[in-house]
Amino acid sequence: MSALGVVRGRVWAFGDDVDTDVMAPWSVITRPFEERRSQVLHTRPEFARDVRPGDLIVAGRNWGCGSSREQAPENLQLLGVGAVLAESFGRIYFRNAIAIAFPNLVCPGIAAGVRDGDELEVDLDAATVHNLRTGTVLRAQPYTAEMAEIIRAGGLLEVLRRRFGGDDGLGVRLRR
Amino acid sequence: MAERVLARTSGRARVAAGEYVTASPDVLMCHEALTMCASQLRRVGVEHLAHPERVHVVLDHFFPAPTAAAARDHVRARRLVEQYGITNFWGHAGICHQVLVEHAAVRPGQLVVGTDSHSSTYGAVGAAGAGIGVTEMTYALATGELWFQVPPTVRVELVGTGGPALMAKDLVLALAGAHGTDVAQYAAIEFGGPVATAMSIAGRMTMANMGAELGAKFACFPADDRTVEYLRDAGAADIEPFGAEPGARYARAITLDTTGLAPHVACPHNPGNVRPVTEVAGTAVHQAFLGSCTNARLEDFAVAAAVLTGRRVHPRVRFVVTPASQRTFLDAVRAGYVATLVEAGAHITASGCGACPGGHQGLLGPGEVCVSSTNRNCVGRMGSTDSSVYRGSPAVVAAAAVAGELIDPRELWTGSTL
Ligand code: SF4
Repeated sequence: MSALGVVRGRVWAFGDDVDTDVMAPWSVITRPFEERRSQVLHTRPEFARDVRPGDLIVAGRNWGCGSSREQAPENLQLLGVGAVLAESFGRIYFRNAIAIAFPNLVCPGIAAGVRDGDELEVDLDAATVHNLRTGTVLRAQPYTAEMAEIIRAGGLLEVLRRRFGGDDGLGVRLRR
Repeated sequence: MAERVLARTSGRARVAAGEYVTASPDVLMCHEALTMCASQLRRVGVEHLAHPERVHVVLDHFFPAPTAAAARDHVRARRLVEQYGITNFWGHAGICHQVLVEHAAVRPGQLVVGTDSHSSTYGAVGAAGAGIGVTEMTYALATGELWFQVPPTVRVELVGTGGPALMAKDLVLALAGAHGTDVAQYAAIEFGGPVATAMSIAGRMTMANMGAELGAKFACFPADDRTVEYLRDAGAADIEPFGAEPGARYARAITLDTTGLAPHVACPHNPGNVRPVTEVAGTAVHQAFLGSCTNARLEDFAVAAAVLTGRRVHPRVRFVVTPASQRTFLDAVRAGYVATLVEAGAHITASGCGACPGGHQGLLGPGEVCVSSTNRNCVGRMGSTDSSVYRGSPAVVAAAAVAGELIDPRELWTGSTL
């Protein structure tokens, strides 16, 4: 069984109750990603401007609450965010992230000890989060076997493609 | 209730909280997201839906089409409905959740998934409804199945008496205010108690709808005699009551006493930022919005009309009224509510989601304040990122429309829908 792996990156720290509306505003929701890009998490405009592939998001409670729009985790994934660690997640956001194979872990205690710019190393299989600035290691809730299987497959579409045999230009993001 | 539903749909005798099951939803509701699902289906080589007869399609989020792009999308959606052999097409009937409930397309004990976060609304008639995203819907359309983790259940007991200007919305706002918008995160809510038993289906829909704002996966009322009667009137035969098994165990129990409860509002910019309306009275508003799947049913029209009878909308305020469905619209016309509202200065729009998600038919400009009967008020939800939304019951909205500012609706209306 292949591993989900380790992601390492610098942190963008957010608070509680960040809604999917601000990750994917309705006004640009049907536009191509390049036109949505600058609006992702628009309450903090420097995020979309300065985020680098591999960066991590750390958040408080209820990250991704609100609308079922899948563009919310998708936008973060397309911006190259390596993983999101939060005290808790909105449930539809969390399922959507699994469906598109974008790592998000529930990590109790993460919001208090981490700040902008910290460097974290996240072991997605062991569900450990190592803060390289403070030396602290936190335990996240590991994915269940069922969730991990979907993520390892590259998302639900990849699961379907294997089952139904379609093979015409799947996006790179689904292949990981 | 959730456990019973997930056990039946996954072919097991019983299931327990925390278990994983692969279940076959009875109803799959798609709004405009159908076109995105179809693109994904094509990419993975799926031409036929597993159960086209279980699929319901409603065009509501961009209806009537506000842009040429939306119109194009609708053309595609209509073509897909034919191509897939989907017979349950509710093209232009109103907001998805309202349409499916008022046509008895959803039954007690069913498992319903929808490409909309407020699919919890189906719990009003004893179904387990959960919102999902596009990729999960694509999977469910292709295979007829989806994974579920059986949620723990939070019992919410509603007790007490009604009070002046009190509506179901105040109860669910009070719950979010007192317990937080993640009180039922990953859990199912089961409403019960004397106030729940006495509540209309419209009120139950408001509360089940906003189960989403309490973090819930499902938010259910038991299907009782009132539910059976409602669904029979809506044209469904052989409906049976449905509820929890006797002696069902709950992960947590919460009681809300409605006695003496004041009308509440959720203040900008979070559904959990809830206060009694009296604490923010005097806040000037530019728009009042009566609309959405939360609160734009006949009962809500009746309350707004009661508040506005013999009064006028404040000159500063645009009072935008968007019926939840065409049927609601017609019923409100027949009952005379529409005439009362228009006479008072309200603007009635076509039924659909309208301004609720920041779509069309009444968006907000910079610096504007809206009082709204909807369910969400995050930054920029209804237009400019520099606007703000207060959310309250139809009584709160209508009273503010008259006063030009937030006021205690008890000053204008002393009825109650509880
Ligand atoms: S009315 Fe608003 S909350 Fe309801 S389905 Fe439409 S956009 Fe969503």
